[in-house]
Amino acid sequence: MAAAILALMQQQLVPAGGEASLSHGMLVVVVPPADLLGAVRRLKSEFAFDLFLDVTAVDWPKRTPRFDVVYHFYSTTHLIRVRLKTRVPEAEPIVDSLVSLYGSANFMERECHDMYGIVFRGNPDLRPILLYEGFVGHPLRKDYPKQQEQPLVPYRT
Amino acid sequence: MTRPTVDARVKTTLPNPVRPAFERGERDDAVIVNIGPSHPATHGTIQVIAALDGEKVQRVDVHCGYLHRGFEKECEDHTWHNLIPYVDRLNYCSGLINDFAYCEAVETLMDVEITPRCRYLRTLLSEYSRIADHLTCVAASLMELGAMTAFLYLVMIRDYIYEHLADLTGARVTYTYGRIGGLARDLPVGWLKRLGEILDQYEVFVGRIHGLMDRNRIFIDRTRNIGVISTADAINWGFTGPILRSTGAAIDLRKDAPYLAYGELDFDVPVGIKGDNYDRYYVRMREMDESVYMIRQLIDLLPEGPINVDDRRCTLPEKRLVYTEIESLINHFKLIMDGPDVPAGEVYAAHEAPNGELGFYLVSTGGGTPYKFHVRSPSFVHMGGVQRLLEGYQLADIIPTFGSVNMIGGECDR
Repeated sequence: MAAAILALMQQQLVPAGGEASLSHGMLVVVVPPADLLGAVRRLKSEFAFDLFLDVTAVDWPKRTPRFDVVYHFYSTTHLIRVRLKTRVPEAEPIVDSLVSLYGSANFMERECHDMYGIVFRGNPDLRPILLYEGFVGHPLRKDYPKQQEQPLVPYRT
Repeated sequence: MTRPTVDARVKTTLPNPVRPAFERGERDDAVIVNIGPSHPATHGTIQVIAALDGEKVQRVDVHCGYLHRGFEKECEDHTWHNLIPYVDRLNYCSGLINDFAYCEAVETLMDVEITPRCRYLRTLLSEYSRIADHLTCVAASLMELGAMTAFLYLVMIRDYIYEHLADLTGARVTYTYGRIGGLARDLPVGWLKRLGEILDQYEVFVGRIHGLMDRNRIFIDRTRNIGVISTADAINWGFTGPILRSTGAAIDLRKDAPYLAYGELDFDVPVGIKGDNYDRYYVRMREMDESVYMIRQLIDLLPEGPINVDDRRCTLPEKRLVYTEIESLINHFKLIMDGPDVPAGEVYAAHEAPNGELGFYLVSTGGGTPYKFHVRSPSFVHMGGVQRLLEGYQLADIIPTFGSVNMIGGECDR
């Protein structure tokens, strides 16, 4: 069952500029940022990937485009996962938000926005979530030094 | 002395760390109430800003992040083995499940297959941890409703479990017991016998909890039809674990994608009827019973044999050989100083943690430290949808609903 779905997805979902591969048993589809929303909509409606698991980014400072935005979806019908990736450049780290398709996308996109500065176009609520209002920079980017501190309340000396 | 006094420093205006989603309610006479982040009735440091109409909650805005400690950033700077104590501290009520899920992710990257004894032992300990976690959750949420006896009964059993796990791992809560390719040590003599005794006592005391709570008028009034969510809504808002199952959907990774030894075990997936607080209580109680049933099967199935794979890439050599043999000494040194050499690649591995799907997304570029470490923690995702469970109910219902969601600060804020 799962194999048939995978084959069908591989056949249908991979757009002209995209690529697909299997990584440790999970189908990985790479799409350009412009096709992301359409691909996710098809994943949800045609392939029953109804549970949005996770979104995060991977920072490759030496590569252009610099960021991978990585999504994971789970299908409660077919019981399989799929990983969707898209690449965005440092100058314009913008992808479409998935809040119109999945309610849970809101919080996870806020976290990714906090940590990597990825802008989710269409997300109405990109307030800081794990960081505080006014935090400078994006801590999970590779160029943010690990030791750099920005305490909101000054340390007692 | 020019140093300002503590009072003067507190008075300096600090920017508000949180920008609420709303400044006023739907009506002009709505009252905005701030609960937390440090509040005796919320377990975990979390802030709830609620707009009230009388005592009815119109709208809530949930803020987390008060514990944020840079877990993922820190993980990019340590060897794969060094991360095991860190992942323990995600969901600190069931640290072993975090250990095993993380180890499995790394083992998948390294293409290591764990030994049969390790596989069964990990399954057994995962279920044992699940009992401890559910006991904590149920006990705390009952206590918040005033059921002190029930709390003490449950926490007593939990403490037996903690002490028993301390015999095995050396720690009560944060165990650091998993190892990439195996476990830290094998079972001590008599451990399984004591396990049987604790399970028997568990049944006695959980029987008493059923007697105290199940048909208790006060308890039912506070939990039935409170915090209701449908299956479709729960999936849309990313709920997994007992919250999703309480809506009636039998979605459980242990059944759907059997990992470890779950494929060989006989167990049911308990589900609720309407997804309210009572169902979440009952699903957790029934899941503990299923865990006990699984542990009893696992005691019989547990094979003899080594607990660590014989693979120099990840398993430390025997101490005796480290002291007598140069190859083992170098092997030990390299594993400790450089870390296990994990091939380049990426992996997402998920286990059914007590609160839902706990996933690790790891990216390796080869070498001893991860390039990217991301946790898909159930509590964080649940906080994104918890307003659906709070809005439209009474202010006082926030407490039992929050208890039934079982937000764990350690994995929510990471």
